[in-house]
Amino acid sequence: MPPQTVSLPSSSPPPASPSLTKDAADAVPRIVPVRRTGRWAAAVAVLVLLALAMDSVIRNDAFQWDVVLAYFATASVLRGLWLTLWLTAVVMVLGFALGALLAVLRLSGNPVLRAVSWGYVWLFRSTPILVQLLFWFNIGALYPQILGVSTVSLLGPVTIAVIGLTLHEAAYAAEVVRGGILSVERGQIEAAQSLGLGPWRRFRRIVLPQAMRSIVPPAGNMLIGTLKGTSIVSIIAVQDLLYSVQLVYHRTYQVIPLLLVATIWYAAVTTLLSIGQRYVERYYARGTAGAR
Amino acid sequence: MSTPSDAMVEIRSVHKKFGSLEVLRGIDLSVRPGEVTVVLGPSGSGKSTLLRTINHLEKVDRGWISVDGTLVGYRRDGSKLYELREREVLRQRTKIGFVFQNFHLFPHLTVLENIIEAPVSALGHPRKAAVAAAEKLLERVGLADKATAYPAQLSGGQQQRVAIARALAPEPRLLLFDEPTSALDPELVGEVLDVMKDLALGGTTMIVVTHEIGFAREVADTVVFMDEGRIVEQGPPADVLDHPTQERTRAFLSKVL
Ligand SMILES: Nc1ncnc2c1ncn2[C@@H]1O[C@H](COP(=O)(O)OP(=O)(O)OP(=O)(O)O)[C@@H](O)[C@H]1O
Ligand SMILES: [Mg+2]
Repeated sequence: MPPQTVSLPSSSPPPASPSLTKDAADAVPRIVPVRRTGRWAAAVAVLVLLALAMDSVIRNDAFQWDVVLAYFATASVLRGLWLTLWLTAVVMVLGFALGALLAVLRLSGNPVLRAVSWGYVWLFRSTPILVQLLFWFNIGALYPQILGVSTVSLLGPVTIAVIGLTLHEAAYAAEVVRGGILSVERGQIEAAQSLGLGPWRRFRRIVLPQAMRSIVPPAGNMLIGTLKGTSIVSIIAVQDLLYSVQLVYHRTYQVIPLLLVATIWYAAVTTLLSIGQRYVERYYARGTAGAR
Repeated sequence: MSTPSDAMVEIRSVHKKFGSLEVLRGIDLSVRPGEVTVVLGPSGSGKSTLLRTINHLEKVDRGWISVDGTLVGYRRDGSKLYELREREVLRQRTKIGFVFQNFHLFPHLTVLENIIEAPVSALGHPRKAAVAAAEKLLERVGLADKATAYPAQLSGGQQQRVAIARALAPEPRLLLFDEPTSALDPELVGEVLDVMKDLALGGTTMIVVTHEIGFAREVADTVVFMDEGRIVEQGPPADVLDHPTQERTRAFLSKVL
């Protein structure tokens, strides 16, 4: 039997004989990728525009880069940054702790607890955080005294900020945690039950680690959102990053460069957090296909 | 209830409804220690539900079940059965291993961690002893080299063998299998059945829901045929499989054989 040549389906018109010559067909044909002229053109155009924009930013004296540099790491700005960072951390931790509790209540068999959890989430998600914060700030008008101590002296602006932001955060965290718990297959819990694992163990060892896979991405977004969102406390005179630069520019009128100081700090910290989020996601993806 | 008899599993007059659907309509069954009982029956006949009542994943509406002389899920006082607290049920469950159709291994834990989870967290065994026992079990199911793998890195047959090792880890008195090979590619069924045969020869008491008639014929001491929530026929495999007395059994067997 004569050796058969590879016959490739050829482009039109259908030829009587194979369009590839015998020689060409014996060799493996070379693949020529499509030329993406449009893609290159678009990339070049965007880069040019970007360069122009950068140039205008750097050479426009109104940005006052020397002022930015001068205030970038002053003690008051760093103190503000520090407050922003720990406020974010505290609000995240407390918010997620309360949120996890709310999620567990929402998924419990007790209809009263379910309703309370639902009501909480409804209340704190359906009003603006700004309004909530102002409300807590003025709580002294409703309750002038708490346990015999005057409310105003008990709850300073920073305490109010922690309470207000945490209660709001918890409503969102509850939904994130609940979604995560629901994403865990029912069979996982039954397998744990049939092995005799108790409820707390099942939650800690089996459900939560798997729920984390769907909790971490939205929680990362929330962390970044919260970091930026804490800037709202400047309206109740808590000296966070934004308020610290505001204090300076109210004095010096160098509004733009000082806002740039805050902007750069916010962007730097959120960038670090995004990088961290990638590693956390990878950790919780262990054991899934493609990970490890 | 008259027993504790010499039976390992005693099921008496068990009824179970889901809403208005009667899934179990009076099941009576005894399994002696060391025996293998294979449960056959068409889809929806209540086989899974029956298995799940035995380790109290489902509560029964009427009747009772005892394993190794102890009522499952209830405590008897006079003419009443009082439901046990979850902690007590959990302790009973460590005496009953369950192997699921879809394995349900814990995907975020390695093979070894899957196996030692129950001995360590439910029974409070020291970790070292649990690891040593787990390694022996892995050898027994032919997967000694997979201790550090994650479930997703194993074939279906390997995953099911790990699941069997995990079910064996608390040293149960009874093993329940719910269609352990139904989710497997045909060429992987044999390796799981081999492990199960090995366990049967070793004297493990097992109740196996399966469509593998060959396994039933070879390994079972008793074959039970269920239909519409009742046990239609039971007996040695040679009787039930080759000379069924009931029309429904015959009709079912003609379809699966
Ligand atoms: N949790 C549940 N809620 C409502 N109905 C259920 C539930 N579990 C099972 N059922 C119903 O009970 C009946 C018996 O189910 P079961 O799973 O015990 O059947 P089976 O014999 O195992 O069938 P298969 O061979 O398909 O696994 C089915 O009609 C099923 O739809
Ligand atoms: Mg079933």
